[in-house]
Amino acid sequence: MKKIFIHLLLFVIAILTLFPFFWMISASFMQDGHASVFPPRFIPDEFTLTQYQKLFERLSITSNFFNSLFLSVLVTVISLTFNSLAGYAFAKYKFSGKEKLFNVLLSSMIIPSQVTMLPLFLMLKSMGFINTYMAIIIPGLANIFGIFLIRQFCLSIPNSLIEAARIDGANDFYIYIKIILPLLTPVLATLAIFTFLGTWNDFLWPLIVLTDDSMYTLPVALSNLMLEHSKDPELMMAGSLITVLPVIIVFLALQKYYIKGIMMGSVKE
Amino acid sequence: MIGNKSGIAFFFLAPALLAIAIFFFIPVIAAFLISFTDFDIYTLGNFSTIRFIGLKNYLELFKDDLFWTALGNTFLFVILAGPLSIFVSLYAAIILNSKIVKLKALFRLSYFMPVVTTLVAVAIVWRFIYHPNFGIVNYFLSLFGISSVDWLGNPDLALPSIVLMAVWKNFGYNMIIFIAGLQNIPEELYEAANIEGANNWQKFKSITIPMLMPTTIFISIITMIGYFQLFAEPYVMTQGGPLNRTLSIVQYMYQEGFRWWNMGYSASIAFVLFFIIFIGTMIQFRVQKYLSSK
Repeated sequence: MKKIFIHLLLFVIAILTLFPFFWMISASFMQDGHASVFPPRFIPDEFTLTQYQKLFERLSITSNFFNSLFLSVLVTVISLTFNSLAGYAFAKYKFSGKEKLFNVLLSSMIIPSQVTMLPLFLMLKSMGFINTYMAIIIPGLANIFGIFLIRQFCLSIPNSLIEAARIDGANDFYIYIKIILPLLTPVLATLAIFTFLGTWNDFLWPLIVLTDDSMYTLPVALSNLMLEHSKDPELMMAGSLITVLPVIIVFLALQKYYIKGIMMGSVKE
Repeated sequence: MIGNKSGIAFFFLAPALLAIAIFFFIPVIAAFLISFTDFDIYTLGNFSTIRFIGLKNYLELFKDDLFWTALGNTFLFVILAGPLSIFVSLYAAIILNSKIVKLKALFRLSYFMPVVTTLVAVAIVWRFIYHPNFGIVNYFLSLFGISSVDWLGNPDLALPSIVLMAVWKNFGYNMIIFIAGLQNIPEELYEAANIEGANNWQKFKSITIPMLMPTTIFISIITMIGYFQLFAEPYVMTQGGPLNRTLSIVQYMYQEGFRWWNMGYSASIAFVLFFIIFIGTMIQFRVQKYLSSK
């Protein structure tokens, strides 16, 4: 009896969490006006790709999609490289002021990114980077949480492994590439999915620094589209689906690492 | 440690630390300085017009009704959405963690789906779900004979409606952390309680709750920090309306800074936000210290 009740409850919560996605998918395949009727339709009477045609042919969603994809991949690759180098150094090298430096970094994680946005905008403006890819890439070059995550993981790598390689005559850079990086694969996967999703889903910063329709990332393009098409749920649902589908795919492929990352991030220092 | 090789360590650290120093720390300091100036649209054209005006921006904020509205809305959002999301995620974590549950991974996956998806996209979906004429929420209520409600158009309901959407979006994240916390509680504690004949509620109250306290504090800190930065939900769903009842601090900062180019004023708003988040975090650290000393 208790077992049935618990499963029923879990099932109801699952319906509540998934229903908006179901409606989004369904409405995106409806004709104009078919999603704005009462009582609502849950399944399209006539399946159509009109909304997607509109988005790809008349609106610049293709370039928005590639902006999002290109920037998310590039920021992920660069920040993973920078963060892993720094995280490894924090875990395995001795240098004066290390603890202090690391603590300063950790405690500055409390500073909300909105604080940096005005000066960063002015800086990028003076460099001529507003409305270019650089405006998104530059603030994403490295991040403190990433360095922290890599460091935690590196601490568990035995020093003997590194010492043995050094006795064999390997230099530090070789050790990092050939020994450390392969060991870091799981945490790099975790960080990759965090960074990719974070960049893909980011809204406020791209809204500030990207000013042309063709430069917009998907979330900015979508919010802009909403201004003109607030009465076209079918079109907006198609746009939303295009925006969330890639992140859902990435998440499903790497969910194990994502869940682990959340748990790692929550472990107290 | 693998020896004192400061030179190589520096080489490994330099790219990340330089990027963080130049594009994070310097902007933080610059924002602090800008908040004491009258940096505005004219300064943007001709930098020499900038003037140091001391605390004027901050004093101005005190007298600014719209700022107080934004502050009040944001606090209300944090106070409503924070505890509600924590409660929902704890509840979901506890039932999902129960031993008799089948298909755990599948349930966990579906609860987590809103967390990973793009906020702007799902906020748009919810705007239609809340639609007064054809929204699903009103359809569902109409089955019980309740007449149509203008969720996002009614000044009293707009913010609570955004709260519900935010809880839906975020509870899966904290749920995962709670599940990890629950799994760290030693099984023997419950076994000992069983021998003493404790009922489920007693076990929950005297084992689960105290053992989860560090996790709960951590979750309430990150949830609070995140919710104080409320922006995209109202921006997409209500544009801060109706009657500014969903205008958030970050949206006000964005408008002042990047729409009207009152950058000095906007920087002072950003620092008030930082100050609030800082104080909020410190209070929770204190609570944690106090509880763990008991």
